[in-house]
Amino acid sequence: MKLHIKGGRLIDPCNSVDGTHDLFIAAGKVVAVGNAPAGFTANHVIDAAGKIVCPGLVDLSARLREPGFEYMATLDSEMDAAMAGGVTSLACPPDTDPPLDEPGLVEMLKFRARNLNKARVYPVGALTEALKGVRLTEMAELRESGCVAFSHADVPLTDHQVLYYAMQYAATFDIPVWLRPQDATLARNGVAHEGQVATRLGLPPIPVCAETAALAVILLLARETGARVHLCRLSSAEGINMVRRARHDGVKVTCDVAVHHLHLSELDIGHFDPNCHLIPPLRSQRDRDALRKALAERLIDAVCSDHCPVDDDAKQLPFSEAEPGATGLELLLPLTLKWAEEDNVPLATALARITSDAANLLGIDAGHLSVGAEADVCVIDAGRYWTVEPATLKSQGKNTPYSGIELKGRVTHTLVGGQVAYELK
Amino acid sequence: MWLDPRNPQLNKNGELHHLLSIDGLPADVLRQILDAAESFAGVTQREVKKVPLLRGKSVFNIFFENSTRTRTTFEIAAKRLSADVINLAIAQSSTSKGESMLDTVANLAAMQADMFVVRHAASGAPYLIAKHVGPDIHVINAGDGRHQHPTQGLLDMFTIRHYKKDFTQLRVAIIGDILHSRVARSQIHALTTLGCPEIRVISPRTLIPADIKSLGVHVYHDLREGLKDVDVVSTLRLQNERMQGALLASGQEFYKYYGITPDKLALAKPDAIVLHPGPMNRGVEIDSSVADGGQSVILPQVNFGIAIRMAVMSIVAGSWRG
Repeated sequence: MKLHIKGGRLIDPCNSVDGTHDLFIAAGKVVAVGNAPAGFTANHVIDAAGKIVCPGLVDLSARLREPGFEYMATLDSEMDAAMAGGVTSLACPPDTDPPLDEPGLVEMLKFRARNLNKARVYPVGALTEALKGVRLTEMAELRESGCVAFSHADVPLTDHQVLYYAMQYAATFDIPVWLRPQDATLARNGVAHEGQVATRLGLPPIPVCAETAALAVILLLARETGARVHLCRLSSAEGINMVRRARHDGVKVTCDVAVHHLHLSELDIGHFDPNCHLIPPLRSQRDRDALRKALAERLIDAVCSDHCPVDDDAKQLPFSEAEPGATGLELLLPLTLKWAEEDNVPLATALARITSDAANLLGIDAGHLSVGAEADVCVIDAGRYWTVEPATLKSQGKNTPYSGIELKGRVTHTLVGGQVAYELK
Repeated sequence: MWLDPRNPQLNKNGELHHLLSIDGLPADVLRQILDAAESFAGVTQREVKKVPLLRGKSVFNIFFENSTRTRTTFEIAAKRLSADVINLAIAQSSTSKGESMLDTVANLAAMQADMFVVRHAASGAPYLIAKHVGPDIHVINAGDGRHQHPTQGLLDMFTIRHYKKDFTQLRVAIIGDILHSRVARSQIHALTTLGCPEIRVISPRTLIPADIKSLGVHVYHDLREGLKDVDVVSTLRLQNERMQGALLASGQEFYKYYGITPDKLALAKPDAIVLHPGPMNRGVEIDSSVADGGQSVILPQVNFGIAIRMAVMSIVAGSWRG
């Protein structure tokens, strides 16, 4: 199968390419950029005139809900969502049931995903057995099975000694540890940012110090152990400042933000919209603006969908009882473009945060279109407006704060390994 | 900014359709309720206490959280409006069998309900119910979590107006557990909407929620300072379970520093009135001699509560022609 993607604006941030170039694909790989290789005859030509051609997106956090939560979503449904969103590589957190703490589970997940021939799935393994925070998992073994990093997902890890040992152990094998900074006791019972909205609505609060207190511990232990720490889903301006200072002091730490947090704030909870019940909580507009700025400056390394499909029954509850999370795979691209447009961030920079920068964090060879690379490609109609209608989303999770909102930018083609895995009808 | 900014309590003519929160209600709607309650207060003095405004209508009191006073006054109010009243204590029935709140409500709606009076331990639950009922059903919030207790707030306004006439000259102090109090939130919104120029909240820092100033109140931690020259002293119930955690040291210490005693009340204006939403913890937030004293309007509050609930029910049902 030989493919010719013709006439598009090729943006490949990793290779500093941004211009009108054709892309040539053969045997699943990129074979040329610009001019066709000698003797190249395409079986299929995609006319990308007026469109953007970029590497397939890399998502640092997408819950697929398998195994264990198939009533919320399945691998099939979420792989379709990934394709419709242009996401060709994704990392999935370990909070499945059972959690991803054994090689067999990881291998099965990877096998099932591979058979679907859609997005490439990179499991994040559980840092402790059953995410109980007591015994370490066989991280080295699990890495052999395909885990790219280890985390505790959103399950509290309150025992600092266990965290310390886990980081030391991971550092032994140079295994990345991904942690979402939130002190479980300071956040106890909380469901919304401690601020004017939680006060007005009478929602139990999560103070900013729940994030900063946890960050203080993690950053200290990172410095102490030398572990490769990645901070998941920062939510506050003060949290960003701490990361900035730590980096300045030489602590090697990376971080990401969920795409929802670039656009929404506590105010969007409105009249108790359970779709705005997210982890971490939507904070103030000042926090949101700081996140946007830090992402542009690359203090925050990448933006992820933080895709959390939730079934209606678990969402149709009073705010504090509703299952947190929002569906995101199909919104990652348009919401990233929206941020770029509103903040005058160059398109190549914005796309880097959801392609090459994210791939670097995962430590995978993806997110670029160098000659010889896997042909994971996304073709985008960047000027196309569309309205988010939950019922038409491919994800089984229809839970989105953006219902009825018009967004700009839509994926028209998604290629995985040189195969057209999705085409917008 | 992105999400629906409409006020889900009002119909397209700006009339009250549900009563979910005082927050967002215009002053003329609040005054309409207070005025209607004024006329119903007369009904409660008559020998025949019934008016036919809700005849043939079914009012369901759905209480997902226990209550005696509020449920009873709603029941009396509905009966005086000639409605049929059905009381459901859901805490002991369907949901304990695993039925979801919305399923319970849908089933009751299918029994031709006209009005739901809802109490729930989770903030916002009445909003969810209001969103899922048909256009002919009205929802009245009878207390949701820490969020709102609008009829309590309204009956407090009725009481204040009864004794003080004009909100625009008043200094009001609200004392106690603001953090967990739906009553305080309803009072604050009602007072600011009705033009009260100075609202003070008085409590230790642990019981004052973040950014409370954004609601338009002044914060005091010293009771004596906060009570100085106020016209209205609104005390809040301090729930026993709050003293189990780390928010407070003890009921005794709270009483010593924040309990309303005669000598502290003497700092307020001589004609200041004392309110309490009940049930009271005597010797914790309020001294018995204040609760039973000449400045206390706690028992009139209860009676006004019936008139307020009659007013709210007849107005949302559209049968009030004032």
